Order: sequence, then structure tokens, then C-alpha cells
Amino acid sequence: MKTSVFLGTLTAAAALAGSVSAATLDEVKARGELNCGVNTGLVGFAAPDANGNWSGFDVAICKAVAAAVLGDPSKVKYVPTTGQTRFTALASGEIDLLARNTTWTFSRDTDLKFTFVGVNYYDGQGFMVRKDLGVSSAKELDGATVCIQTGTTTELNLADYFKSNNLSYTPVAIETNAEGEQQYLAGACDAYTTDASGLAATRAAFADPENHIILPEIISKEPLGPLVRHGDDQWADITRWVLNALVAAEEYGVTSANIEELAKGTQNPEINRLLGTEGDLGAFIGLDKDWAKRAIIGAGGNYGEIFAATIGESTPIGLARGLNAQWTQGGLLYAPPFR
Amino acid sequence: MTDTTAARAFVRREMLPPQAPPPSQTGAIRWLRENLFSGPLNTVLTILGLSATAWIVIHLYPWLAHSVWNANSLSECRQIIQATWGEDATGACWAVIRERWPQFLFGFYPSHLYGRALLALVLLFAALAPVLFAGLPRRMLWLSAAYPALGYWLLWGGSFWYPAMLMAGFAVAALAWRALSARGALVAMPAAVAAALVWWFWLAGPVTAGLDAALPLAIEAVRSDKFGGFILAVTIGVAAISLSLPLGIMLALGRKSDMFLVKALSVCFIEFIRGVPLITLLFVASLLLNYFLPPGSNFDIILRVVIMVTIFAAAYIAEVIRGGLAALPRGQYEAADSLGLTYWQAQQLIILPQALKISIPGIVSTFIGLFKDTTLVVFVGLLDPLKGITDAVRATIEWKGIYWEPYIFVGAIFFAFNFGMSRYSMYLERKLKRDHR
Amino acid sequence: MSIADEAPKPAFRLSMLIYDTRYRSLTIQVVVFLLVMAGAAWLIDNTARNLQALGKDFNFGFLWNRAGYDISQRLVEYTNDSTHGRAMLVGLLNTLLVAFLGCIAATVLGVFIGVLRLSPNWLAARLMTVYVEVFRNVPLLLWILMIYAVFTEVMPPPNAFRPNAEGVTAAQMVLGDSVAFTNRYTAIPDPLFSRSLGNIDLGIFLVSVDLLAILAVLTGSWWVNRRLLRHATAVQEATGLRPVTWWKSLLIWLVPLAVLKVALGFHLGYPELKGFNFTGGINVSNSFVALWLALSLYTGAFIAEIVRAGILAISRGQTEAAYALGLRPGRTMSLVILPQALRVIVPPLISQYLNLTKNSSLAIAVGYLDLRGTLGGITLNQTGRELEAILLMMLIYLALSLAISGVMNIYNASVRLKER
Repeated sequence: MKTSVFLGTLTAAAALAGSVSAATLDEVKARGELNCGVNTGLVGFAAPDANGNWSGFDVAICKAVAAAVLGDPSKVKYVPTTGQTRFTALASGEIDLLARNTTWTFSRDTDLKFTFVGVNYYDGQGFMVRKDLGVSSAKELDGATVCIQTGTTTELNLADYFKSNNLSYTPVAIETNAEGEQQYLAGACDAYTTDASGLAATRAAFADPENHIILPEIISKEPLGPLVRHGDDQWADITRWVLNALVAAEEYGVTSANIEELAKGTQNPEINRLLGTEGDLGAFIGLDKDWAKRAIIGAGGNYGEIFAATIGESTPIGLARGLNAQWTQGGLLYAPPFR
Repeated sequence: MTDTTAARAFVRREMLPPQAPPPSQTGAIRWLRENLFSGPLNTVLTILGLSATAWIVIHLYPWLAHSVWNANSLSECRQIIQATWGEDATGACWAVIRERWPQFLFGFYPSHLYGRALLALVLLFAALAPVLFAGLPRRMLWLSAAYPALGYWLLWGGSFWYPAMLMAGFAVAALAWRALSARGALVAMPAAVAAALVWWFWLAGPVTAGLDAALPLAIEAVRSDKFGGFILAVTIGVAAISLSLPLGIMLALGRKSDMFLVKALSVCFIEFIRGVPLITLLFVASLLLNYFLPPGSNFDIILRVVIMVTIFAAAYIAEVIRGGLAALPRGQYEAADSLGLTYWQAQQLIILPQALKISIPGIVSTFIGLFKDTTLVVFVGLLDPLKGITDAVRATIEWKGIYWEPYIFVGAIFFAFNFGMSRYSMYLERKLKRDHR
Repeated sequence: MSIADEAPKPAFRLSMLIYDTRYRSLTIQVVVFLLVMAGAAWLIDNTARNLQALGKDFNFGFLWNRAGYDISQRLVEYTNDSTHGRAMLVGLLNTLLVAFLGCIAATVLGVFIGVLRLSPNWLAARLMTVYVEVFRNVPLLLWILMIYAVFTEVMPPPNAFRPNAEGVTAAQMVLGDSVAFTNRYTAIPDPLFSRSLGNIDLGIFLVSVDLLAILAVLTGSWWVNRRLLRHATAVQEATGLRPVTWWKSLLIWLVPLAVLKVALGFHLGYPELKGFNFTGGINVSNSFVALWLALSLYTGAFIAEIVRAGILAISRGQTEAAYALGLRPGRTMSLVILPQALRVIVPPLISQYLNLTKNSSLAIAVGYLDLRGTLGGITLNQTGRELEAILLMMLIYLALSLAISGVMNIYNASVRLKER
């Protein structure tokens, strides 16, 4: 009896102490900072420089959301997450948004209770081998030793692929991309498998990229995208449409160079709605009129500009647009209309 | 005894001057014979030892001799090495340390605030000195008492009043204790705890706000995610070990208690914590702690790690202090009882001062172990100096593939620090031993 | 009889709960109990509410789902179609294997180095001091990473064993072409039985009857040999002459084994380079060897210090007495000093064994899939059941620790000074 009374007091105190879970948007605004989960270090996608300034393709999403919501792309607290801690960090509310090349899968969406707000990079799992191995197809990898990062979907894909092709292999589990590279270069594994973009980035940084080939087989679909918790649709909408705004901006030809010009009003009502000169789309998601404009400027440009600056062909990573081109260019990027 | 001397032709009356020892028994040769080649086994050992040393030197020396300190990337390093020492030469590329050492030491702590972090470190030693060296004036202990607030303020910045008012809670508790201690410990203790809780939950907030308005004393704030490298390791290690001391003392006393329930609970806690790897506790900090706390509460990952590491250290400290308590002669307890001291008086005045003093070497070695274990925080995504920062450095294009140099650098710092601590602990052990004889 | 006997029994007052020493400890315990229960209830309540808020439940059903990932080193049958529970078992066995072998190697190393540190040989003593200090004062994680890196960088890859275009092989197998050190694994011969007795299915895993047969024969030989030695001792005590037994012992040990070897058709399967890798033998992965070596070297340094302290704790008189009896230094150490030092050594040794077992959870740094790598790593990650997985993992480690300290405490009791 006495215990239960005591317990009641305690829980009451606890409820007071812990902030009642508010809408994420209000929380972020009150905090004045966006907590964004990123990779602990993956060249091109998210890596800190010597001064701790983060940059990369995934980081741009964080910046865009921060710019849209808080008006300042630098108001982001980057939380480095490992493959293991990322989902818990999001579920527990430690981060508001996870932009860490995470594959959109059924079970992550439903069982783990997350909302993937879109796809910012269409990827697929591939293999890289040394040229002198004389292998031209993944089907010839019977009996090979394969390096693989643990805690990712690639592990399961690999097992499925070898099983369905009746091949045997020895997995070498590694924890980070840097270790995988080292193992692969030393010949401790015959093949290195991860997302094709990661393979390209890794290969680009080798001293002798011409001696390594990426096998033609892409064994899985890896739609990578930012994700938020279930249960806060407003916040999911904001992140989803920030991403769409970046994609749409490229489609409509809005770049960081001409955005100020276009924001004064254009003949194209679609651009006008996007940049807030016509209508007030921002009000529907709890933001002001200029949200998309800020997001594009904050992220460093539209989707194409971000891509080119972080992982594109002019960077050491040198990824081609491929599937990630606009739908008008034969790619899969297709932003829903801003209307 | 018959007198036979007379029959002898010659009897020595004075000693001969000593002859010089044979060459095999003097100087370096004797030393060699005695210390290195005194028998077949020893000779074999010597030869093995020499060849092992020679092997290591032969293999490491060229690499170390071909060191490059000035380069902007690993490939540039390799070019310089090949240009200077020939095509096949391998060499160390210390340029990465030269360029990135601030990150190994400070993580991403803002570079214009390094002075503050260093000041915190210097003050830490000043605060530790009176605890570690008995010869210093006792008044310096006030600095030790004030250090947690000061250190926190210097490292994280922000308003000075926030940590100060947090610490003031202890002062409030002490005041309540002093006011009520005449009525017995059992009244005073709950009152002191209650007073501190009241202060923290209801009074500290308004008072801090008031002081902030009246006398703003704030410096630039640094966020936790900027912490990394050795500053992170030292922060976690020192915070955990100092926070775990009171907890460890309570657990040790609980384990020695006559009360069955208290003893059983203490034993269970200590054995549970000591029975699981630290890494699982770190996972609890990063993955589970949010489940155990009220919904919606959420705080800094460094703080969560410090909490779990504190709990971990407390169990080990408790065992160290239990050893100290056990080393006290029974007479000390009996003397305290016969003076009519209550339990807490006896502990405070007689038992703990002696037991803690004997325990200091053990506490220092626990700290060394803990300091080494702070490298495990990399598995929960913090940037520890060994793997976290090294991986971050290797994630840049310039330093991709660099491997040995960062490890050797970090290992050397760990070694210097821990070796110094263990020497101190040995010095202390010798000194304490002499005290008892 | 007298009034003193009839001292008035004071009525029980509430304040006596605090001020009367008879009741005080009871009061305190009740309060502590209530506080602890309240704390536990608070934690459980929080957890329940958090789980509800996240829409999750607390059940271990995921352990029976298909794991879907592969583990390269497995001591029991496992494929990616096996369950998460089975993956956990594989991981647990891997943990046990590295911990067990690590404890043995660390002990051997520790005793050896601890004795050498006290050796009169100046060089050996100094070198061992350097070893102990260097290994003790640098984090274990660094040693694991470094040793693994040395394996990866220094050893040749398997295809270096294949003749190149000019017919030159860059690397050679050793020990009569039976062992190959590569930067992936060490390929060693595999013991095979052409007339195998098959396996017994224990439900969870298979036990090889061949292995059981070998163990049975060895136990039998040991028992017979002990009888023989006992008999010899009895004869010696009765007559003063010890019968010669060495050839009988040798026969007892060797003959049954030889018979068994022929009966089972024992032979070695030698590793051979086929395709990408060596096949036909056993490939002991480098991650295992590096982890094992790092754990042994690191813990060995601590054990060396314990052994040294134990030896120093034995008074010098013991050594002198042994010398006076004419024992040689080696025998003095093994017959007089070490057995006595054991009493001082064993208790801290237990905690080193525990540390080694717990430290084996760093295996993930080299990709060795132990309990932490399977249950606490991939399984946790694929199923998202962090609460269940971590609690289960902690429980298993706790049980392991308690088991080790239990066994070692029994041993400690047996070597303790028998006081009567």
C-alpha cells in the first residue's frame, strides 16, 4: 500500500522531470538546433574535416532541414552513429533525423517503426575484385573470401546471393570501411562488397584504381534515404518535402546561383510555389514561405549541385549520376509536384 | 695441544698483500659472466634475448629512420620517401601526426579554446595534488572540492552559475547535516538528502536564473559532440573515478555490513557489474538507458557514458576499499566501539581515513585500467583517441590508408601517462609500507 | 527472587525503531528494501511505458527466427538458414574457445615471464620488465588492432602460394607442406577418420563419437597408468626399491592409441590451394589468432606481475633450505617455491581469467564473431531487439563469470594451506 503510494509519487515526479514528448518541430525550434545522425566517417557522404566541420552528401540533407526549420544551416548537431547505434539513437529521440546512408526496407519501416521520407541515393550492392584475379562475374566467386561490413543489409544480401547461386564463400566481418579497405588491399579478402557507391568511392582513393574492377552484378536494391520516427507526421512531412524541394529545384533549374533572382518571381508557377512567391505552402507544414529557398541555399544548392560537389564525377569519388539522374534524364529522381 | 710450531721451518707472521683478481673476475667481464653467461640456461636466454632485440631493431629501424614529417597526404609522404631513400624504401609518415595532432588530443574542440581545456587539466592536477601528496597544505583541498564545478565550466563553458549551483546542493546538504547532526545520524542523513533534493529540484533553477540576470558570468559554450581524443578519455576517466569513489565507499561498507539485506544487495550489485564486460554497460548507456528513464527524458551521450562507467568503476573501487578495510587490524574497530562512537562516527574518524589511505594504490591502478578502457567508447560512436579519431582521420582522402603512425602515437601517449601513474602508485605503496613499520 | 529480575519491560514505542539498536538494523533494512523495490519498479515502469510508446514488446521470439547471415568460424553446425538462437550459440562457443585458449596461453606466458623477471640474467630480466610495462600500460584494443594488422600486412595472401607465370612461388608452405600461414588464416591439417563412428545428435549439437572414443581411451590409459604408479610407490615403500615403470607407462599410453588409430582409420587431410583459398585442411582464421594472441600477451603481462609478487612473497629461507638439500635451481622453483607461491597467486589469477573472458568481447574490432558479435551485434542490428539482446548477453556473460570464479574458487580451496 505504502509502496504503491510512494511509487505513484515517483512516477508523477518522473513525468514532470521528463519533458512530455512534444512535436519534434517545436522541440527542434525550442532547442535552436537540429540533432542529425550521420555516419562516423564515410568519404563523400559524411566526414568531419580537421576543424570538425562536417560535409558530404548526407550532411547536406541535415543542413537543408536545419536551414528550412531554423533558418541557419549551421545549427546542426551532428551525432556520429555506428551501424549498431543508429536506430536506437533515432528511436530514443537522441536525434531528430537520421541521414546515414540507410537502406529503406520493409522491416525497418514497419517493425522498427521508422518513416523513410524518401530516397536521396539509389544504390545497389556490388563486388570489387583485383583485376589480376581474372574474375569477370560475381558467379565466378565460388570459394572466395569476401570482406563485408557487419550491421548492414549487405550481410544478408550476400548470404542470399551466394545461396541462390549455389556458391560457397567465407565472410570476413569488418567494422568500418577503412578496415575493409585495408583488408582488401592486403589481399586478406578476394572481394570487397558494399554499396556500389561506396565501392566506387573506395576504389577512387586507391593508389592504383586501374588494377581493381567492380563486377557488373548488382545483387540488391539499396534505396538510401533519410528517416524519422513513426508518430510525428508533421516532422516527417517537413523532412520529406525538404528532400523533394532539393530534387525539384534541380528539375526546374533552380540553382544556388540563380535562386535569389528566381525568388523575385518567375513565369513558372511551379517555381513560384516552391520558392514561396505564390501561395503559402510552408504554412501547411508549420513553416514560413521561404522554407524551401532557405533549404536549397543552406544545403549548398539543388540536388544536382550537392551531388556534384560531394560525390560527383569531378570529386575524387567520381560517381556518375546513373539511377540518380532526374526522371527527365532517364534516372529515378521524381519529385512530386509542389501544389 | 702440543707445541709443534717450533718444529716448523717457516710460519707466516703477516698477511700477503692481496693479489689482483684474475681478469675473468673483474670489470665488465665479471659482470658479463655473472649476469649474462653464468650457466648454460642463462647463456641461451641471453642469446635469445639479444637476437630478439636485434631482430626488432633491424626490422623497425629503417622504417623509423625514413621518417617524413612534412607532407600533406600519405601519397606525398610515399613519394618523398621513394625519392629520398630509393624505390623500395618504406618509412614512417609522421606528417599525419604533425597535421592532425590537435584532433588526437582535443577532438573537434574549438581550437581557440584549447587554452581553456589545458587550464582545466592543470587545475585538475592542482586539485589532485593535495589528495595524492600528503605533504601539501590541507587548505588546497578546497580547490579539490570546488574542482568538479570549475572543471565542468571550463570544459563545457556556458554560465558559471549552472555547475556552481549544482555543487551548491552538496553545500546545502552539508549545512542540513551540520544543523541536525546533534539529533543523530539517522535523522540528519535523510534530512540532508532531502534538503539537497529540494535544492536541486525546486530552488536551484530560479536561483541560477536570478544570478545569471544579476551577474552574468558566461563563457563560450562547447557542445559535447566537439569532444574527442584524449580530452574525452581524460574527462570520462576522471569524472567516472571521482564520482565512483563515494559510491564505491558506500558499497564497500554495505558489503561489510552486519545487515543481511544491505550486504546481499551490495554483493549482488558488485558481482553483477564485475561479471559483465564494460562494453555491454556502454551499450546499455547508448542503447538502453533511454528505455530505463522516464519517457521523453533524453540527455547527452557523454553524460550517459559517464554514468555507466561510474557504476562500473564503483564496483571495482568497492572491492579495492574492501581490501583496505580488511587490512585494518580488528583492534581499530574495537577501539572505536569502546570509545562509544556511533557507526558513522567510527567510520568517519577512525576506519575510513586509514582504509582509504591504504587503498590509494589500488584506486590508482583502477584508474589506469579505466583510462585504458575509455577507448571502448568508440563502439558507441564517440570519438576516442585510439580508433574513433584514427578512423575519422582515415576517412579523409589525404590520409586514407595510414595505419601504424596514429596507433603508435596514441599508444605512446597512453603509455607515458599510465606508466607515470603506475610509478606513482608504486612510490605510494613503498611509502605506505614504511609508515606501518 | 529479587526485584532486579522483574525489571519493567518497557512498552514498545515507535521511536525505538530508530533509537534502539535491537530494532534499528531492522528498520534500516526495511527502508532500504522499500527503496530498492521502488527503484526497480520505477525502472520497470519506465521501460514498459517506453516500449509501449515505441510500439514494441518484450519477447525473445526473435531467437527462433531465421538469422540469414553467415559466420565463418563455427564450432557447431550453422548455416544462414539457422535461427538467431543458434547464431547466439555459435557466438557463445567462439567466446568460450578464445577465452579458454587465452587463459591457458596467458598462464603459461605469465609464469614464464614472471619467473624470468626474477632471473639473475640481467638482459632477460630487463627485457621482461620492458615487456610487462609496455603491455600493461597500453590499451588492449590497440594490441588487438596492431597484431591483427601485422598478420594482415606481413603474411602472404593465399594466391602467393601459387606459382606465377615464371613458375616461382612467392610463399612456401611449412612443415612438409602441411601448414600454410596466409594473411587470412593459418591452414593446418585436418584430422580425419576413414572408418568414423559417426555422431551422436544431442538435439542442440552433434558430438563426434570418434572424439568420445579418443577421450575414453585416454582416460582409461590415465587410470591404468595411475594404478601402475601407485603400485610402484607401494612397492617402494615396502621394499625401498622402486620397480622400473617407464616402459610400462609408455606402453599403456601408446598401444591403445595406436590400436584406436588403426581401428578408426585416422589420417590427416592436408590443406591444398584450390581456387581462391586453401581447402582440405582446417583454416584457423587470423582474426581468431590475433585476438587470442593479443588477449594472451596482454593478460600474460598482468599474470607475470602476479606470479612475481607470489614468488617474492615466499621467504628467502625456503630457497636456501632447498639449496641446502641439494636441489637444483630449476627443481627448487618447481618443487618448493611455485607450489607455495600458488596460494598467493591463485586469487588474483581468477580475476585475470575473468578479465580475459570479458575482454574477449572486443573481438568485433577484428571481426571475430563471438557472443557480442552475433547476439549483441548482427542479431541485435537485424532484429532491432536491443533490450532483449543486451539483457540476454549480459546474463550470459554474468553466468560465465560466475562459473569461472566458481570453478577457480574450488581450485583455490584445494591449494589453500590446510590448517588444523
